[in-house]
Amino acid sequence: MKETDAFRSREITAPLVDEITRSLVRPVRIMEVCGTHTMSIFRHGIRSLLPESIALLSGPGCPVCVTPASHIDAFIAAARLPQVTIATFGDLIRVPGSDGSLATARANGARVEIVYSPMDALTLAQNEPERTVLFPAIGFETTAPTIAATILQAERMGITNFLIIAAGKTMPQALEALLADPELQVDGLLCPGHVSAIIGSEAYRPLAEKYRLACAVAGFEPADILAGLLALIRQVNEGAPRVDNCYTRAVGVEGNAKARALMDEVFAPADSEWRGLGTIPGSGLVLREKYSRFDGLRQLGIPLQPAKEPKGCRCGDILKGRLLPPDCPLYGSACTPLQPVGPCMVSNEGTCAAYYRYSGQKGRQQTNRLNNL
Amino acid sequence: MKADSIVSLDHGSGGLASQNLISGLFLKYLTCPQLRDLEDCAVLGEYAGRIAFSTDSYVVDPLFFPGGDIGELAVHGTINDLAMRGARPIALSLALIIEEGFPLADLERVIASVARCCEAAGVAVVTGDTKVVPRGKADRLFVNTTGIGIASHRIEISGKRARVGDAVLISGTLADHGITIMSCQAGIAIGGDIASDTQPLHRLVAALLEEEDGAVHVLRDPTRGGLATTLCEIARSSKVGITIEEELLPIRPAVNTACELIGLDPLYLANEGKCLIICDQARAEAVLQLLRRMPEGREAALIGRVVENREGRVSLTTRIGGSRLLEPLTGQPLPRIC
Amino acid sequence: MCLAIPMQVVEIRGGGDPLFDPQIALVESDGIRKEIRLEMADRIPEVGEYVIIHAGFAIRTLTVEDAEYNLSLMRQMADMLEQQGRLPGVPE
Repeated sequence: MKETDAFRSREITAPLVDEITRSLVRPVRIMEVCGTHTMSIFRHGIRSLLPESIALLSGPGCPVCVTPASHIDAFIAAARLPQVTIATFGDLIRVPGSDGSLATARANGARVEIVYSPMDALTLAQNEPERTVLFPAIGFETTAPTIAATILQAERMGITNFLIIAAGKTMPQALEALLADPELQVDGLLCPGHVSAIIGSEAYRPLAEKYRLACAVAGFEPADILAGLLALIRQVNEGAPRVDNCYTRAVGVEGNAKARALMDEVFAPADSEWRGLGTIPGSGLVLREKYSRFDGLRQLGIPLQPAKEPKGCRCGDILKGRLLPPDCPLYGSACTPLQPVGPCMVSNEGTCAAYYRYSGQKGRQQTNRLNNL
Repeated sequence: MKADSIVSLDHGSGGLASQNLISGLFLKYLTCPQLRDLEDCAVLGEYAGRIAFSTDSYVVDPLFFPGGDIGELAVHGTINDLAMRGARPIALSLALIIEEGFPLADLERVIASVARCCEAAGVAVVTGDTKVVPRGKADRLFVNTTGIGIASHRIEISGKRARVGDAVLISGTLADHGITIMSCQAGIAIGGDIASDTQPLHRLVAALLEEEDGAVHVLRDPTRGGLATTLCEIARSSKVGITIEEELLPIRPAVNTACELIGLDPLYLANEGKCLIICDQARAEAVLQLLRRMPEGREAALIGRVVENREGRVSLTTRIGGSRLLEPLTGQPLPRIC
Repeated sequence: MCLAIPMQVVEIRGGGDPLFDPQIALVESDGIRKEIRLEMADRIPEVGEYVIIHAGFAIRTLTVEDAEYNLSLMRQMADMLEQQGRLPGVPE
């Protein structure tokens, strides 16, 4: 599309690639924490253009991947109720909980619809007053305001058959928990472009200062990602970690106050479990009491039950960049894109799924090129 | 809805209601003499060559979409399956499974489409069947078409015949059908020139084989799973590698935008009126020009080549010069927000 | 989780009533049109401006200049790299 074409032209990307190559004076480990970054890097074949001395790690940036099995189980329990229609983002359909996924539930007779926007779920509720429509509310700060706005609209319209299960998460606390791990070795953080549009580039300054971490906010076109990587490498070379904003067209220093206000009106921060990472304090979003009538868990009497992580699953280590997918005992055998076990294989942009697509089952033999991951 | 405006179980029972449906609706549009005889089996003539035989069932949702409907898909899909083996389509069967309560007006629309497409393609429906199942036992309408074709003895086209060095071409723009269907399902108003590309390709193939039968090694229409999945299948079958260039792929700007909006990859979306051609490198330019001279192939493009690789590896050179492996689609393509 | 794309606003509709006639933007690109909610936009766009769209909502409004600025910075960077071989200020 014309708005993004320029950011995909070789005219701009080729010199950036060259400069990245020239600027790398020592091996550098960069972590990105946004599923859309993972997807874009993969889609445009960016790794294949970069020298081997830059390692690109995929952190816990995919909300689908980090939604704990207990929440997935709750979505499925809701789906199984005869009067409930699940209206969900497509990303969740194949995510496995303890026993099957929403796709499995649908195959067994549950009504599960894919929607593009939470507003579409509300419209569905209006159009089918005899059904209870439940929207699994996953996502980070980019998505949470959209769900908040939808709840407020439902409130204004007096709609009584629309529910959510609040499963949203926020990034800064998770980043703090990640970076506080002394075993984590990362030189720079490619900061998520659209989350940053909401929380502002200033949100990363405490991390940059506390952990001497290079930070660059980057958009999603190839030129954006390359510009972000270049900024990080330069910061590392200069020994001057800071937050560079390479996505000025979407991100300001302060972020989007209106969006944050929406989030804050409807949701409150709470401790939250991240699949593969455990509980991170203050990193989740729950419905405020005044909106509890939209709480699917409460209104449908669904308990949130702790779910066991599948045996042998090493997603936690992979999400922290400690392990490569082929090093997981389940990778390629018990855990494949068609039958994923853990979150990293589940979503298209999960580290293991992307890795599998890039190198197939023979990943082990190709660690040479792919130690970038 | 009123009783006389919907399909009832009686319509499928073989009795008077069935007869009325057949004579009043089906035969009004499907005018092949063999069909009018109302035998349970059509006996065709004698043909020289090898018999080609293909079947497909159609369960598309929605039934009616920009650019076509289930009837059109059913006729073109089976004609194309025959054409992809180099066979000339001779005759089609048409079998319907209708859910009780299905509007007769919609049924008429579908049959009218079938008839129109058969007429335009020069292939007739010679035999058919109708069943009606109780409400809830089928999703409105399921259609099956089976086709018989004749393949000349000298034609040898299959997915196993791609050779290292061959050129890879596509007869036109990608993902039109798939994005049309997914956009309908995602509630995105389709504007611009997005519509299904459903069309019969037998004339295009006949013209191609008339001129270049020696040079054409593989023909396939990239339907479910899209271009990427089809390339993977062929690469594996032929035990070769295939490499394609993103810059060379013909994709309409509107299709690209819709894909970006919903989070779908055009390489994995269905095409219902396009043909992948793998041919001798030396004849690639001639093949391309021939395709472009035909109305069905006006936007044909050379998109890649076959390379050495025993594992059937398919790779894409991206617009920015990077490289990406293409794997076959696992499961349905799903819209994403991530 | 950030899939969002920029599209141009061709019409602003509604605004008569927050409940039954909320203000929405009609965006277009390459013939594709979509209605977009404006509750979380940092500011309400004018026709001709761009919005970045996520899940049916505008998350950010950009003027044409905003959109161009980022691009021109990148173009400048690319030009500088091509002409001079390096970006200034990089340690040897």
